[in-house]
Amino acid sequence: MTTIAADISQASYIGQPISRVDGVAKVTGTARYAGEYTAPGLLHGLVISSPVAKGRILSIQSEEARAVNGIIKIYSHENVKDLPWFDLSYKDMNLLPGSPFRPFYSNEIQFSQQPVALVIAESLELARYAATLVRIEYETAPFETDLENNLENAFTPKRGKTGYKKPKNRGNAKKQFTKADVKIEAEYMHGAEHHNPMELFSSTVVYGKDGSLTVYDKTQGVLNSQSYIARVFDIKHKKVRVLSPFVGGAFGSGLRPQYQLFMACLAALDLQLPVRVVLTRQQMFSFGHRPATWQKLKLAASNDGRLEAIEHTAISETSRFENYTENIVNWSGRLYSCDHVKLDYRLVPLDVNSPLDMRAPGAATGVLALECAMDELAYKLNIDPLVLRLKNYTEKDPESGKPFSSKNLMDCYKQGAEHFGWEKRIYSPRSMKQGKQLVGWGMSSGMWDAMMVPARAQAKITADGKLVVTSATSDIGTGTYTIMTQIAAETLGLPLEDVSFELGDSKFVFAPFEGGSATAASVGTAVLFACKKIREKLLSLAKKLEQSPLANVQDEEIVFVNGRICHQDDIECSLSIREVMDRTGTKYIQEKNSDLRAMFKQLGYARNTHSAIFVEVKIDEDLGLISVTRVVAAIAAGNILNPKTASSQIMGGVMWGISMALHEDSFMDHQYGRFINHDYAEYHIPVHADTPDIEVIFVQEKDTVVNPLGIKGVGEIGIIGTAAAVANAIYHATGKRIRDFPITPDKLL
Amino acid sequence: MKDIMNKEVDDRKEDAIVTEKQLLPVQLNVNGKQYILHLEPWTSLLDALREHLGLTGTKKGCDHGQCGACTILIDGKRINSCLTFAVMYQGVPITTIEGLAQGDKLHPLQQAFIKHDAFQCGYCTPGQICSAQGMLNEGHAYSRDDIHELMSGNLCRCAAYNNIVKAIEEVIETGQTPDAV
Amino acid sequence: MNRFTYTKANSIDDTLREVNADHDIKFIAGGTNLIDLMRANVEHPSHLVDINHIDLHAIQETAEGGLSLGALVKNADTAYHEHVQSRYPLLAKAILAGASPQLRNMATNGGNLLQRTRCYYFYDTATPCNKRVPGQGCSAINGFNKIHSILGTSAHCIATHPSDMCVALAALEARIKVIGNDGERVIPFAEFHRLPGDTPHIDSTLKPGELITSIELPSKGFETHYQYIKLRDRRSYAFALVSVAVGLELQDDYIQEARIALGGVAHKPWRDETVENFLNGKKAAEDAFETAAEMMMKDAKGFRYNNFKIEMAKRAIVRALVDARDLKTPEPLHCYTYNRHQQQ
Repeated sequence: MTTIAADISQASYIGQPISRVDGVAKVTGTARYAGEYTAPGLLHGLVISSPVAKGRILSIQSEEARAVNGIIKIYSHENVKDLPWFDLSYKDMNLLPGSPFRPFYSNEIQFSQQPVALVIAESLELARYAATLVRIEYETAPFETDLENNLENAFTPKRGKTGYKKPKNRGNAKKQFTKADVKIEAEYMHGAEHHNPMELFSSTVVYGKDGSLTVYDKTQGVLNSQSYIARVFDIKHKKVRVLSPFVGGAFGSGLRPQYQLFMACLAALDLQLPVRVVLTRQQMFSFGHRPATWQKLKLAASNDGRLEAIEHTAISETSRFENYTENIVNWSGRLYSCDHVKLDYRLVPLDVNSPLDMRAPGAATGVLALECAMDELAYKLNIDPLVLRLKNYTEKDPESGKPFSSKNLMDCYKQGAEHFGWEKRIYSPRSMKQGKQLVGWGMSSGMWDAMMVPARAQAKITADGKLVVTSATSDIGTGTYTIMTQIAAETLGLPLEDVSFELGDSKFVFAPFEGGSATAASVGTAVLFACKKIREKLLSLAKKLEQSPLANVQDEEIVFVNGRICHQDDIECSLSIREVMDRTGTKYIQEKNSDLRAMFKQLGYARNTHSAIFVEVKIDEDLGLISVTRVVAAIAAGNILNPKTASSQIMGGVMWGISMALHEDSFMDHQYGRFINHDYAEYHIPVHADTPDIEVIFVQEKDTVVNPLGIKGVGEIGIIGTAAAVANAIYHATGKRIRDFPITPDKLL
Repeated sequence: MKDIMNKEVDDRKEDAIVTEKQLLPVQLNVNGKQYILHLEPWTSLLDALREHLGLTGTKKGCDHGQCGACTILIDGKRINSCLTFAVMYQGVPITTIEGLAQGDKLHPLQQAFIKHDAFQCGYCTPGQICSAQGMLNEGHAYSRDDIHELMSGNLCRCAAYNNIVKAIEEVIETGQTPDAV
Repeated sequence: MNRFTYTKANSIDDTLREVNADHDIKFIAGGTNLIDLMRANVEHPSHLVDINHIDLHAIQETAEGGLSLGALVKNADTAYHEHVQSRYPLLAKAILAGASPQLRNMATNGGNLLQRTRCYYFYDTATPCNKRVPGQGCSAINGFNKIHSILGTSAHCIATHPSDMCVALAALEARIKVIGNDGERVIPFAEFHRLPGDTPHIDSTLKPGELITSIELPSKGFETHYQYIKLRDRRSYAFALVSVAVGLELQDDYIQEARIALGGVAHKPWRDETVENFLNGKKAAEDAFETAAEMMMKDAKGFRYNNFKIEMAKRAIVRALVDARDLKTPEPLHCYTYNRHQQQ
């Protein structure tokens, strides 16, 4: 009996800190990314970007460039004619209301750095050189790129993209404000931010003899890229295969097909040759971004610190051609108990490219303002910021009135505070010092959705006992390969090395793009169900075998361990999977998951992840030098499949929050309507030297509602609230409220 | 704006004169192997490795020396291979990520990176590992602070920084630092 | 990137023979700035002469008791050189504050002097820039000028010189040895870089075709009282908003000689001898330092986004002077850190 128990625990992978199964490929450089596939005669494309923000192209003179030996063709709106007319053809799975950008569609310039031409050459160097010889004449038109100057032009979007939730008001916040004991009001602003994954956006397209396309694309969803190409170029889905086995970071930037995909396919189809197009780092600032947003928070509370009214207004930029929406203000109606909530979310169309979901879209922005305002309220009330949160804790979702499927934010507060040492905090600003440095401790709460989206997985076990599970999902660094392998191996009791999970191929069964922290839950559940079906089949085969030792064992007493099907109490009473397949002459068993049984039950619950973030800063006030020195992030995110990869997700998210607070800002130069610091030297993301000690705590949170494995997802929750905790710590250190992000040294002087 | 664009072009009209391919024989010594390539002088060392030798382990993240993804070792010291021309590094020993493991046996840094989950998307990883080896070879990292500072030439957008430092520290502490490669 | 012809020079003679008025010739050594700019289509030489194989790789003591830094010695090798560490730690610290270890392994001493501004508009060929194309206009004056100059600006250009190393060299009063077809000459550091005036496209007084052969450090290295402070938007791998190099010679709390040079504030490393003269003979105390800082910023003029630099520079000057005064026995510099609070 003990033997079996030991075997079972050994075969338990879910919840274990397993090292990444794709680790060897990544540390040896053998993992191939989209721009690293090749084909005989591969051609290289370089995109030419518009220097103007608005206007039209008058002429394109490319004779000189075309005369260069090795230049194959130059594409622009002038010679690209047979493209679809309808917006619908360009819609993708992350579509926004409006008219999507259509490359080479006309001579109209809609935003600075708009791609206007594509140079195809025998080598990258040649393309780069020839691009400098193309002369393009523009007629410029007046443009507007300044959000703060156009707040009065804001409008309320009637509808949004998938997942957009119209903010809901309740009670009468306005009235409540007039009679509240204590009130604060504050405005917050941050500029645009760009995802800037390390890998440049790339597509390598191999043209097949039969007119098919094999496309290696940098994307968060191969099926999204596939259907986009099929529609834009009017080819059958089955003639387009999109692969993306490795993605060098994305953070939302790969949720929509980017224009290098369009360009590479255009040229490959036209030339009937393999083509690769890679964007430059500068061009990585030419597509979606987290929109610049102005926010206003008004909080009212009783003298004892109970929230009586919340008003949250957010005004964000969008493009002229699409309404990009995100859920910015909604969190203010859901994080705390409060009867009177007024939310207002509006958009200002500007002459920029459409914004795009960026890690924790909406929440990163909205919770930043809410949690800074909560800190301001705490100081107005003269109570500890953590105490203020505890006083307004809510056990049910205040917006819908529904219970949470699980919510252990309380333990996040408790354990986070304890590990951080919050009780040693001296309340008054400027009261903690270390040598010449001011020390500040700040905290914040965070909240994100625990989403389930339809997804499928296919599992196939072969007579040699090896299991291959496939799904058209992605691993953008999140650990999908690893956690899916764990789920599959555990469900069928197989050693990890006998299980492989494959993804990033449009020929696999459906999965949506990887986003919103929904992949672990959605694809994980699909993997579980597909493997369970194989399990059922195997068991039924095993029982039917002649003289099967398992013939009379109840299904509940069966365990799958170490490649064997066993009676849970008797190791002798077992059959190996290989033996079962061999003796029944089964070459393989292949199954897909078929349903999402949990969905109905879910509707009665609010499903969310929560966090409490504690931050220490040390500030050299004379010089404006800010160091984040310590972070404790306590996370309630249901069942953690793999604490090693999940911790990495949270640490990454925390660094993004620090970066949002201190570094990131795509600076729009309104003279030219252009993001002017558009490279890695001047768009600052944190470096090694900016990294504090980060402790990640996953509090226990059992959830039987979200999905059978209790998975909630961890991709976004780490960033949410972190920027506010940093800003609050800076206030505690210095007594200065900086509400204009990022908080760079100049603002502290 | 029209004037500006044309003026820019006019200023370098003479570039167009040099249009014939001028291929130079370039001898590269990469990971102990000798290669003879015929390259244009403007081919960066990074593009020579990735496009001409198929060694795509060395990554391109910015092409301007601003991210460190292209870090390789020249005589054991780290450089950004994007900011140099292949023709300038003839005959000197070049080590890339592909040259660190001994057959199937991973280099200690590679093992430690896996163990400590010192990467997520993996794109900056070869550069981080080469940079770490370069840092060990260069011999100026004496503390955790030193490591943080001396690894700052390698951006990681997934921000695996603390795990990278743990991995490097483990290699230093266990004395598995291999000889300079 | 444009196309060019390439030759390798093995000697100074080889190099100078390549100089030809008909060609837009550039010498290439480390390449870290030139290739960067070529790829951005800012520089387009028609001919490159690879000078890496010329014998300018030595650091040696000079007859005057100083140190001669070969033009082709890498920045990292210079910073970690035992004589530089022991006698010119200010220079070592400034070099280590710049760029990244990879870039410092590539960049040469000569190239460091010639690196061009990091002004966004200079780099972005979609925007006008007088430094890139004379007569186009300056986009920074009314643009995002956070990283731009507050001293010595002109109506044509407000770019800064981006080097850290040069700020220390200015404080140390290095001299630059150059050679050209007209012979050798020595340029005092203060005269090497220029202010933009109405010719911002010219960064230095080096003549076309001249080659830097060495940087000569005088014997005085201020190794007992020095400081280099670099302030930037992140803790490493970023250009300075403001940097300060300070060297002090003290006797019984009194200043015998003071040197102050600023980076990130002008088109060249900024020194002001009246300020240094003011400090000479004064007690090394905060009030004198504060007066010196005020004096040094007397003519500073900020723009919309960089007004803060005036106050930041004043505070950095005072801090650097205090640190230099209070410096205990210096230890070898492994890398640049200032007030970093990392994990223990």
